[in-house]
Amino acid sequence: MNIMVKVAGAAALALGLAGAASAQEKLKIGFIYVGPVGDHGWTYQHDQGRKAIEAAFPGKVETTFIESVPEADSERSIEQLARTGHKLIFTTSFGFMEPTLKVAAKYPNINFEHATGYKRAKNVATYSGKFHEGRYVQGVIAGKMTKTNTIGYVASFPIPEVVAGINAFMLGAQSVNPNVKVKIVWAATWFDPGKEADAAKALLDQGADIITQHTDSPAPLQQAEARGKFAFGQASDMIRFAPKGQLTAIIDDWAPYYVERARVQLEGKWQSQDVWDGFAKGKVKMAPYTNMPDDVKKLAQDTEEAIKSGKFNPFKCPVFDQSGKEVKCEGNGALSDGQILSMNYYVKGIDDKLPK
Amino acid sequence: MIGFWESILLTVITAATPLLIAALGELIVEKSGVLNLGVEGMMAVGASTGFAVATLTDSSSIGVLAGIAAGMALSLIFALVTLGFAANQVAAGLALTILGLGLAGLIGAKFVGTSRIAIPPIHIPGLSDLPGIGKLVFGQSPFFYLSVVLAVGVAWFLRRTRAGLSLRSIGENHASAHALGLKVLRTRLLAILFGGACAGLAGAYLSLVYTPFWSPGMTAGRGWIALALVVFASWLPLRVFLGAYLFGAATILQMHAQAASMGLPSQALSAFPYIATIVALVLISMRRVGATPAPGSLGTAFVPPR
Amino acid sequence: MRLELIPRSDVSSLQRTLAPLWAILIALLMGGLIVAFLGRSPLAAFKVYFLEPLTDPWALQELAVKATPLIIIATGLVYCFRANLWNIGAEGQLIVGAIFGSIVPLATVGMESTPWVLPVALLLGALGGALYGSIPAFLRVRFGVSEILVSLMLVYVAELTLDYLVRGPWRDPKGFNFPTTPNFESFALLPNLASEGRLHAGIIIALLCAAVTWFVLNRTLFGFGIRVAGEAPRAARFSGFNANRMTIAAFMISGGLAGLAGIVEVTGQIGQLKPAISGGLGFTAIIVAYLGRLHPVGIVFGAFVIALTVYGGEAAQITLKLPLDLTRTFQGILLFCVLAADALTTYKLRIVRGLHA
Repeated sequence: MNIMVKVAGAAALALGLAGAASAQEKLKIGFIYVGPVGDHGWTYQHDQGRKAIEAAFPGKVETTFIESVPEADSERSIEQLARTGHKLIFTTSFGFMEPTLKVAAKYPNINFEHATGYKRAKNVATYSGKFHEGRYVQGVIAGKMTKTNTIGYVASFPIPEVVAGINAFMLGAQSVNPNVKVKIVWAATWFDPGKEADAAKALLDQGADIITQHTDSPAPLQQAEARGKFAFGQASDMIRFAPKGQLTAIIDDWAPYYVERARVQLEGKWQSQDVWDGFAKGKVKMAPYTNMPDDVKKLAQDTEEAIKSGKFNPFKCPVFDQSGKEVKCEGNGALSDGQILSMNYYVKGIDDKLPK
Repeated sequence: MIGFWESILLTVITAATPLLIAALGELIVEKSGVLNLGVEGMMAVGASTGFAVATLTDSSSIGVLAGIAAGMALSLIFALVTLGFAANQVAAGLALTILGLGLAGLIGAKFVGTSRIAIPPIHIPGLSDLPGIGKLVFGQSPFFYLSVVLAVGVAWFLRRTRAGLSLRSIGENHASAHALGLKVLRTRLLAILFGGACAGLAGAYLSLVYTPFWSPGMTAGRGWIALALVVFASWLPLRVFLGAYLFGAATILQMHAQAASMGLPSQALSAFPYIATIVALVLISMRRVGATPAPGSLGTAFVPPR
Repeated sequence: MRLELIPRSDVSSLQRTLAPLWAILIALLMGGLIVAFLGRSPLAAFKVYFLEPLTDPWALQELAVKATPLIIIATGLVYCFRANLWNIGAEGQLIVGAIFGSIVPLATVGMESTPWVLPVALLLGALGGALYGSIPAFLRVRFGVSEILVSLMLVYVAELTLDYLVRGPWRDPKGFNFPTTPNFESFALLPNLASEGRLHAGIIIALLCAAVTWFVLNRTLFGFGIRVAGEAPRAARFSGFNANRMTIAAFMISGGLAGLAGIVEVTGQIGQLKPAISGGLGFTAIIVAYLGRLHPVGIVFGAFVIALTVYGGEAAQITLKLPLDLTRTFQGILLFCVLAADALTTYKLRIVRGLHA
């Protein structure tokens, strides 16, 4: 009896210790999402990246996420992750920048990765994607495909990333079609399917025959398809929503980056950095080119390849602003990253006023 | 040019229909003296259940019915707490919103990322093809006709039927209605269920017609707009109709103004529908054209005296 | 068969205090069933959701931080709701308060420490909210326009105004054109009360608001007028209270406190303006007001209950990997149970056979 108790006790102790040991070995990685994982777009793609980490390091990592975190009320959520043993924390929206920095200052032994921000610290890295590279390719396709020479752009908010996207799109379209026009509707939302659909309809009614969007839901794409027109998917391959209407889609593929950062963390080699890459590193990809003639497809593939190999830059100098004035060329034969990341003007040919 | 305006009108109708349906349901609820602020939650559950069932059964009609049923089921919880337990209606309605948004997410989780073909508009050979008005009058989504029938039906019910009269008097003063032998709680239960059904139907419209997919957050505040419309219309069904279209038109026109590069700040344009609603209401109130005040017992619990 | 409510003649204050606890217990059982249904341990969920937050000092501070704006707004709403005025636009008044309150802190970015900035910011915040709150009151008094609709519509207008400011004129010039204002200087921020954790002086303001509101409602003629206006409008008219003035006053206090909550939130924990600064606090506060039975002390408890569900919901996502939608569902169930239990302190429930009534 006595022995039995002892054995049981020892076993329990051993089990407990083993449990503790394996919990210590597992690297806990946390994610803060701004939307629901089911948003089809931005957050959905980040969650795909999280799943890729789990798949890449089976048994070695444990991932956690908190979804739909309001940006103004995010400091607590980030700190909760920090306090529950997460050693690497990704905060995946611009609005999390200040809260991330505040929490990071309190937890110097935890590493943070903030998406799309510009402030860094010793334990805060930043990362984003050159989505405008994809928009340039879209512009080339749209410029070729449009019959009315009018393209509709459903935009969200006038932040630099969106403005740079519009400009890259326009430059791409102009490169193949000097007469092309872009009509822009600011839906003033990242995600409201009904409103996005209405914006797409308004653009189609005003003569656009191709729709592109910088909002998250597949609604504009569906509207284009329903009217027999063409459109581009956003953030993920949305071909399911418009098998006859999607020309291609910009895919935000965070998986390679996330897996890489988890790997350096596991190896103890994590360092703060600022990474902004696109086609070249596979962070930005194009969905298969569909519903277009072969010559357009070829042109799109060549453009993508040229950008990927570094032979071509969508913002290669000279770039002219709306007034026709040449923008100062601060990069190497093209606009500098800083110039693109803070873009607040339209390029020549956009017949609209940028809302401020 | 006719085609252009016709097309805009179609867009306005599409945007206004869910608001109209949900608001008509809430109108009946409020006329019976109950304030159910949970429209957004019931709409979300209607949207996710409608889409889920439509996908599972591969039948949009069954999906719509399921959406209605889901809205009713959720409103039944509200009825139990506010009628059965005489709990505060404002708080219960807000709780219903939270519960509905949560449940909608749970129900729809497995269906995120799937697409369906929208329920097509009706096509009557000959009539729908008439130039000019053909498509506008005879070629709309079945939900549009349903919403018109609902608006007229609700107006007729409230003004011309005995049941409508007793519903109104219960909403006006439940104590005297009870004294007259009217069944206050039973009437209110039915009204709440009707409101739930309409909100569920409006939700199913979102996920099966307007933008045929499910995603959390797709109601995007439309339940609140529907609530505001009831007040805007000063509890008159045909004015709800007007309000829904006014609001829809303001939303769509500001987008057209943008597409036509008028160069106004987008925030000012986005605020336009809300400001227009306030101004319209002030004008209506100033002229006092048949303005009816809120039902007398609105928002207060009724406990039958013994 | 049907339910019948019978008013209780003897409601002890003990019963009224215990009722919410019963409600929480019932909600826990129901929530536990759902958790078990999803194949997780209800006991673990209980621990994560309730025990840990209430036993961890850091978490308790977080609960207070979350409860602070809710208490301030909800005590303000009491003035309107008790007078039977439907102010559902506290969210908008909060935002306008945050905008007004931020004028001086933004103008003093980069300056030497200036002690009067914070008090002026708080006052301007309250003023902004009060002015914005007076719009629906004025339209109601002057034109008979429904205050429900106007206050709700003005929420959207306030959101878009803030959006315009932070993307346009107030944008941080060093911020790469991202939509945020510069960070406020530290002298424009509410002081921290703890060395570790985020508890800030806002909680003192919140508790003061609750105490003053209790005093005003119970010990002043104005508070009496508010209560009479709500409970017996005709009597109020006969006894010489000016209903119009009362309406405007109630709305301005209510809006003023919502505005104060807005600037407290900005100077207490955000430290700058962004396109979204609230995330629905103004609406959540309506639930808090009613959870607290429109009583200042009840409101303080109600705000902590809501804060607990938010905090616990996040903890459940982290520790148990429970989806957010589940914690929302549980929040809904919990609120319904509290509301029902509240009713059961006032009424006895009887099951009656038969259909008459």
